[in-house]
Amino acid sequence: MSEILRSDALPSASPSLSGPQPVRFRGGGFTVRRHPWAALAAFAVLIGLWEGASRIGLASPLFLPPPSAVGAALSVMVTDGSLWLNLKASLGRIAVGWTLGTLGGMLVGFAMGIGSLARAVGVPLVSAFFPIPKIALLPLFILWFGIGEPSKFATIGFGVFFPTVIATYSAIDSVPRNLIRMAQSFGLPWRSILRSIVLPGALPGILAGFRISSSIALILVVAAEMIGAEYGIGAFVLMAGNLMQTDTLLAGVLVLSLMGLTIGTLLSLLERRLLKWR
Amino acid sequence: MRLLVSDLTHRYEDLTVLDGIDLTLAEGEVLAVIGPSGCGKSTLLGIAGGIVAPTSGRVSVEGPLPDGCLNPITFIFQDFALLPWRSVEDNVALVLEHHPLPTAERRERIETGLRRMGLWEFRKALPKQLSGGMRQRVGIARALAVRPAMLLLDEPLSALDAQTRELLMDDFLDLWRREKTTALYVTHNLDEALRLADRVVVLSRRPGRIREIVTVEEPRDRRQAPSAQAHLAEVRERLWHLMKAEAQMADREIAHV
Repeated sequence: MSEILRSDALPSASPSLSGPQPVRFRGGGFTVRRHPWAALAAFAVLIGLWEGASRIGLASPLFLPPPSAVGAALSVMVTDGSLWLNLKASLGRIAVGWTLGTLGGMLVGFAMGIGSLARAVGVPLVSAFFPIPKIALLPLFILWFGIGEPSKFATIGFGVFFPTVIATYSAIDSVPRNLIRMAQSFGLPWRSILRSIVLPGALPGILAGFRISSSIALILVVAAEMIGAEYGIGAFVLMAGNLMQTDTLLAGVLVLSLMGLTIGTLLSLLERRLLKWR
Repeated sequence: MRLLVSDLTHRYEDLTVLDGIDLTLAEGEVLAVIGPSGCGKSTLLGIAGGIVAPTSGRVSVEGPLPDGCLNPITFIFQDFALLPWRSVEDNVALVLEHHPLPTAERRERIETGLRRMGLWEFRKALPKQLSGGMRQRVGIARALAVRPAMLLLDEPLSALDAQTRELLMDDFLDLWRREKTTALYVTHNLDEALRLADRVVVLSRRPGRIREIVTVEEPRDRRQAPSAQAHLAEVRERLWHLMKAEAQMADREIAHV
């Protein structure tokens, strides 16, 4: 009762209520509501401001071309075939590098997740190698594998490998031990426990790791292509910058952004399909 | 199936949790184990079920197995231990997958278990779509599918509300009436122990030692009758007297951790 009397909706001096008082609603706020159009509107406003600033001369079109010019450059990329040529090269590198790094990372991560010796050996090694900026190793990979594709695959693969190892063994760690004990108590063999409990239980963590590793792959492919490639979105952006074709450069950046968005969407679809039970 | 526990001691590094436990569980008997928190009840169950290796002592089983028994000693868990990514029927199927059973028998075991627990209509549901009581019923159906000779129940009702507990106790009574499955039932709830068990083992606070074994004379299916209440109240009082001081000490110990 004393709590109610302290409320500012009620007379503070009165020790009792003189009749039925409506209870004031105090539960508003602190809830997340959906605003489906807010993001689109924000994009539209940003692009509008950018276009307007360019047209009234607030920003030099040479250094910051308006969105309409970027759109036109993108359209040229589509019609002259340079978009597909460069996109194909980048996607091919990501596909090969990411697949190699992911398979290797999952293999090692699984070994570390289920084997104490592998973990004892692996954790210090991963901790030592993980912080190295992988692009710094590209010159070494070029020496080892040449300037062609294998050095780029190696850079992306190496960059993807370590976060995948960490995501995989952490995911295995997070599989509830009570489920494994249950399976053991019913006499399930080791392989069945691995297949029926550890793998599906670790899947959410592994898929979360895919998100990180795919972003790393995108960053590394651009960096590797900027260092030494004839084709690829990274090489395309670098060349446009060298030629002061800022509209084309930004069109390349837009393509990279769309690539990231597409990969993220595909992973979301994969998660939705594989993790329906969550 | 009979369970024989002799001179069982278990330590976690320097901490002795069970000390010199001698226990015999007769065929078809339901033995409840009660005691304050941390007295080693669940450890005792884990050792009896072969998923915790004892520091010393011996646990053995003997006696006939039911027809089609695939896992003589079977657990029912406090937290249900269901795979959240599998449907109800696939959770039950899990424990049959490594046995070379004909498909028809596999299906029959799953269906029988689920029907007995009233879950057949929910066989395609995921655990997250079920209430706590239904989840535990899936756990029981899973246990029934392997036709166990002995059930080890680790506080199977402690995660459930009072009404669901009552309903599930009826399910357990029905199970023991029909199957006569030997059971070791760990609980901290005296009323559960008095409703379900033939004998109640009272463990002392750490290290867990047997303080007393109390027999509940009243037959299980008459314990709800008014005539049984005086005897049950007397046994309850005795059990509580045995537990109270140690439960208080355990509670204070937990509060200080």
